[in-house]
Amino acid sequence: MKRRNFLAAASAALLAGCNRVAESESGKVLLGAAEKWHQRAHRLLTDRTALAPEYPRSAISPFFRGNGSTDPQNGDYPRHAAEGFVNWRLEVRGLVHKPLSLSLDNIRRLPQRTQVTRHDCVEGWSAIGEWTGPQLSLLLDEAGLQENARFILFRCADNLNGQDYYESVDLIDAYHPQTIIAHSLNGEPLPIRNGAPLRMRIERQLGYKHAKYLTAIEAVASLDDIGLGQGGYWEDRAGYQWYAGI
Amino acid sequence: MKRHALSTRVWHWLNLLCVVVLFMSGLTISNAHRRLYWGDWGFAPEQAWLVVPRFPDWMTIPGYYSLALARDWHILMAWPFALGLLFMWLAMLGNRHFTRDIVTRRREWRPAAIWSDIRAHLRLDFDHGADKYNFLQKLAYGLVLGVILPMMVFTGIAISPGMEPSFGWLVDLLGGRQSARSLHFIFAFALAVFFVVHLILVILSGPIGQVRAMLTGGHHP
Repeated sequence: MKRRNFLAAASAALLAGCNRVAESESGKVLLGAAEKWHQRAHRLLTDRTALAPEYPRSAISPFFRGNGSTDPQNGDYPRHAAEGFVNWRLEVRGLVHKPLSLSLDNIRRLPQRTQVTRHDCVEGWSAIGEWTGPQLSLLLDEAGLQENARFILFRCADNLNGQDYYESVDLIDAYHPQTIIAHSLNGEPLPIRNGAPLRMRIERQLGYKHAKYLTAIEAVASLDDIGLGQGGYWEDRAGYQWYAGI
Repeated sequence: MKRHALSTRVWHWLNLLCVVVLFMSGLTISNAHRRLYWGDWGFAPEQAWLVVPRFPDWMTIPGYYSLALARDWHILMAWPFALGLLFMWLAMLGNRHFTRDIVTRRREWRPAAIWSDIRAHLRLDFDHGADKYNFLQKLAYGLVLGVILPMMVFTGIAISPGMEPSFGWLVDLLGGRQSARSLHFIFAFALAVFFVVHLILVILSGPIGQVRAMLTGGHHP
């Protein structure tokens, strides 16, 4: 019993120390800097176009788990779902020379990429699926990025716990060859739980980056004025790392 | 000559801090998804080989459930942990601590010799004879420095999706990402077992002298 008390006391002291560091200004800077060191190390060791592993079709998981929003009930989404998404539009806007507004048909008629990849959730689980859709780079080139564009923002139809879902990546991941706007999973239109009718695939980062129920792609110069300024729904809400390659 | 080189002492305490923070923040990360799988993928109970118990808050960093903060700590301490281990390897190869004190000799592997070392431990007799460490100590330190700690780093790298484009071979070697995650967990608990045994033996063999020697260097017997 004494020994357990000692252990609990030692752990409590360490926790108090850690939390004091985490709450201090310099502690926050340090914890944020570590994320950037990893990102820099990854970028140093990995070519900007190096691919995440792709699997044979035989490796596909029998079911693809959905997380976060799995059946949005807010706004126009239920109506679009009932109509089979025939009136869904995807906008490309922000710091672009030529804003676009695309139907699902427009998107399906673009050159397509199909990839069987593994999806890793920040919580720890993984699932493998086959995704099909055009590369994001095609749309960005078609719209023409303005010179001051630094990040690509993904706007989503789902409202989770009172906030609209959104995500963002830098231009390296936006132009990565496996970064696609997926409309199909395993050869079928995306199920609602996996983001119908369109979702992002950002294959070198964790699942929360892969924005679902995609309504718009926005080129921006800074993330500071968007949401709470952390670059994404989970980043704003829970403090998740913006660079989700770790 | 000192009993513990300065490099050993600095690394020992740095590594203790890293390992404890990494382990406790790791328990929070485990709480986020309490199942382990083999192979590349897994997400449901029917694919799991182990359902991990939920770790109570007092064992975890930050002391309440926050996956984001736990990952912040884990990601931060991974740096001094991995770089510190590299430093310790270079130092102990350089000052011959590894070859002189930790590498076992062939005669030590004779069953009779191992058995007598086990019996000596059970009698709480820690007289080492000619070498600095007895056989079980060499084995334990060798496994920790040579296998468990490096495997924590390698399995950690293998779980990082951003590292996989250049370290895909490592993920394959470990049997897939979910296997790497399982191994990360297994080696973490192997390290926890070592930690407890190490602590008990330090306490049984005169904790004040042992801790003082690891701080000041102590004297060679």
